Amino acid sequence: MGSLEQTVHSTDHHGPAKGITRWLYTTNHKDIGTLYLLFSLTMFFVGGCMALTIRAELFQPGLQLIMPEFFNQMTTMHGLIMVFGAVMPAFVGLANWMIPMMVGSPDMALPRMNNWSFWILPFAFVMMLSTLLMEGGAPNFGWTFYAPLSTTYAPPSVTYFIFAVHMMGISSIMGAINVIATILNMRAPGMKLMDMPLFVWTWLITAFLLIAVMPVLAGVVTMMLMDIHFGTSFFDAAGGGDPVLFQHVFWFFGHPEVYIMILPAFGIVSEIIPTFARKRLFGYTSMVYATGSIAILSFIVWAHHMFTVGLPLAGELFFMYTTMLIAVPTGVKVFNWVATMFRGSMTFETPMLFSLAFVVLFTIGGFSGLMLAIAPADFQYHDTYFVVAHFHYVLVPGSIFSIMAAAYYWLPKWTGHMYNEAMGKLHFWLSFIGVNITFFPMHFLGLAGMPRRIPDYALQFADFNMVATFGAFLFGFSQLIFVYNVISCARSGKKATARVWEGSHGLEWTLPSPPPYHSFTEPPVFTNPHRENS
Amino acid sequence: MRRNGRVLLLAGLFYAPLVSADWQINLIEGATEISRSVYNLHMVIFYICVAIAVVVFGVMFWSIFWHRKSRGAKAAHFHESTWVEIAWTIVPVIILVSMAVPASTTLIQMYDKNNAELDIQITGYQWKWRYQYLNQDIDFFSSLATPQEQIINEQIKGDNYLLEVDKPLVIPAGKKVRFLLTSNDVIHSWWVPALAVKKDAIPGFVNESWTLVDEPGIYRGQCAELCGRDHGFMPIVVEVKSPEDYQLWVAEQANLKVAEQQSAQKEWSQAELMIRGEEVYKASCAACHQFEGQGIPGIFPALAGSPLMSGDSAEHVDAVLHGRSGTAMQAFAEQLNTVDLAAVITYERNAWGNQGGAVTVQQITELLKE
Repeated sequence: MGSLEQTVHSTDHHGPAKGITRWLYTTNHKDIGTLYLLFSLTMFFVGGCMALTIRAELFQPGLQLIMPEFFNQMTTMHGLIMVFGAVMPAFVGLANWMIPMMVGSPDMALPRMNNWSFWILPFAFVMMLSTLLMEGGAPNFGWTFYAPLSTTYAPPSVTYFIFAVHMMGISSIMGAINVIATILNMRAPGMKLMDMPLFVWTWLITAFLLIAVMPVLAGVVTMMLMDIHFGTSFFDAAGGGDPVLFQHVFWFFGHPEVYIMILPAFGIVSEIIPTFARKRLFGYTSMVYATGSIAILSFIVWAHHMFTVGLPLAGELFFMYTTMLIAVPTGVKVFNWVATMFRGSMTFETPMLFSLAFVVLFTIGGFSGLMLAIAPADFQYHDTYFVVAHFHYVLVPGSIFSIMAAAYYWLPKWTGHMYNEAMGKLHFWLSFIGVNITFFPMHFLGLAGMPRRIPDYALQFADFNMVATFGAFLFGFSQLIFVYNVISCARSGKKATARVWEGSHGLEWTLPSPPPYHSFTEPPVFTNPHRENS
Repeated sequence: MRRNGRVLLLAGLFYAPLVSADWQINLIEGATEISRSVYNLHMVIFYICVAIAVVVFGVMFWSIFWHRKSRGAKAAHFHESTWVEIAWTIVPVIILVSMAVPASTTLIQMYDKNNAELDIQITGYQWKWRYQYLNQDIDFFSSLATPQEQIINEQIKGDNYLLEVDKPLVIPAGKKVRFLLTSNDVIHSWWVPALAVKKDAIPGFVNESWTLVDEPGIYRGQCAELCGRDHGFMPIVVEVKSPEDYQLWVAEQANLKVAEQQSAQKEWSQAELMIRGEEVYKASCAACHQFEGQGIPGIFPALAGSPLMSGDSAEHVDAVLHGRSGTAMQAFAEQLNTVDLAAVITYERNAWGNQGGAVTVQQITELLKE
């Protein structure tokens, strides 16, 4: 008992350490959240430069700037870095910052593991990026790394890629365990599961998805490693294996992975829209159930990525039907957001603008997803720019816009200063226009017959490619405004109040801005204003 | 010459997008019953999506416009309505079922591979296609015909830039043709939009697909699955001929075969082999080993200055004829005729400063007999 008291006392004087050790040894959820977010921003720019390299080469038909082998390395690395380096760490960073403050706890449940799960990432990505300098070049088989292109026919650097993926997987699993442990054990007294903010709910479900599928990814890369170095033939027909097995295992990871990158986004938007509509979320319960349904369905739709591999008819039909079914809970979500806005009292600060754009553009990505689900039509869409347009619509103005919205929404809370609203709006409008100029024409290119992952194309695709490249550069350079805005907000700006927004709701807004180093040292007493029996 | 090249390059840069502007934004209806029903399916789903979008975004923009604080809107307090929530779950299910019915019908039709009148085996190679007409003596490779100079912007690009091949697949109109797809190395995907056929070619496995084209014509497509460096450079051209023309083409193939055998009997000088070898090298070898034989370090070995090219010819010939297992080096004995094999090996042994001497057509013929 005595020693416990001592610990409690010593934490009172215990602020952040000085210098670099603050960041190296930190076990504080806010510091680790900041590290994740800065890491993600860095990777967003690294992956973005690769995207601009790709778009520059595709500006005109013919080979101008880079050779096909380097082009393939760029598409592969762009995908891997954006998925594992930009989007996922950004959501983990937001979870670290916000979940303890939203559930009323002092920190994450497992702070030392938290430090470890972050610090693995820079090493994993340095190793992955170092393959660009190796003989034979970086991985060049696409971010989906289909065997045997990624095994028998891969450059030697594939082994480093496999090890990097293992490290990212370990980091994600530890992050997910931490989120679950925090949410289930450290909620403020009185906060039931059905009282939790939706961001917390969506992250809880996401964390379970991560724990379920990251080991599958680890399994598939290990099978590749065995095939490459230890003489097995999992994916080699000559030794009795099957290249399609790779795709089944990969997409059994890959499809839930897609929802790992969008469910927290749903949570963010479900926090922001009620705030700026000044009206509570229309259907909290149905939002929770819809998220759960999407997560469960995500395990039985994987082969819709494989409609052209020669599945039997029954398989095609099964995966077509289950995939179409996902439109139902996703629709429920969109209807809920719209119903929340209906007869609200709306204002349009930067986080709200990003959230509104999210609803519209994510829904467009959903529509093209529904079209892709129709197996016979998918034979025309599969592996074309229509698919590229689809998943960029759900990932860029989907996941990434939600991350931007979250950053603007919570920046005043994090830093204690208001960001520059005019600059935020400029960032929004340039990004919105840039994203649409980049990705909307890709629908047309795909329907007109342009395959994805090609460094050069037939002349009829020239016009829209040129347009898309203009859009990509506009979008890419607009992000520098965001960086400037974040830095200047961290340094100075109008003092933020504790509530920050007129319509804000939830425990994080009861703490001062910026919040104390250890969020809630005394557990707050939570009462749900909306629950009848409370 | 250099100056000219630059002018051409500049002209090419601005010329190409302007003339070819056609801004195609939708699927084509295509040339078969299946492709037309896929097109119809695509349009139906598209219009359903547009209708849903109009309703959902309509309500949203209505709220954004009328229910804004700056217009003095006060927030209402309603939330959760069981009836509304049941409705917006059931209505989408009904719409989905109405989409699933025609989709399933088309899919079942596509999977009916019975009663084909002609079987063709299609094999994907890095980066070309092989077409073998089963039960007929027709077997050839089909690779990109666009010259390298157009790709690197030294010549003005032709109309069918990157969508032209040396030998197209020829099939008869009005007959059901079954395709058996497989691959020699990595996964490829055989796609011709006008036929609405896209099927993966997977090493070690055989996939089936079919088409029945009504009208003669030329239909172009591309490989749709990332298959390595030149994935963007392995087009597909299908030439559909009337049944009479198709028969003439079949007869012509037999004559070509005879001519080929005769040319293997002839005496070929080293100079002749070098000229022919250069052509073969550009078409079959340069994609990996590069035009100057320099290879790509770490991926594809250099041939210029390689000891294999100047040492004993037996090892070199063996590598070309039978490939190197576990690497991207293919077995060319099945891809090239004896004259082309002798020519390309001779070329490799004497180009770029290599001094390996000639390999004769007779030597290759003897080796292939074994």
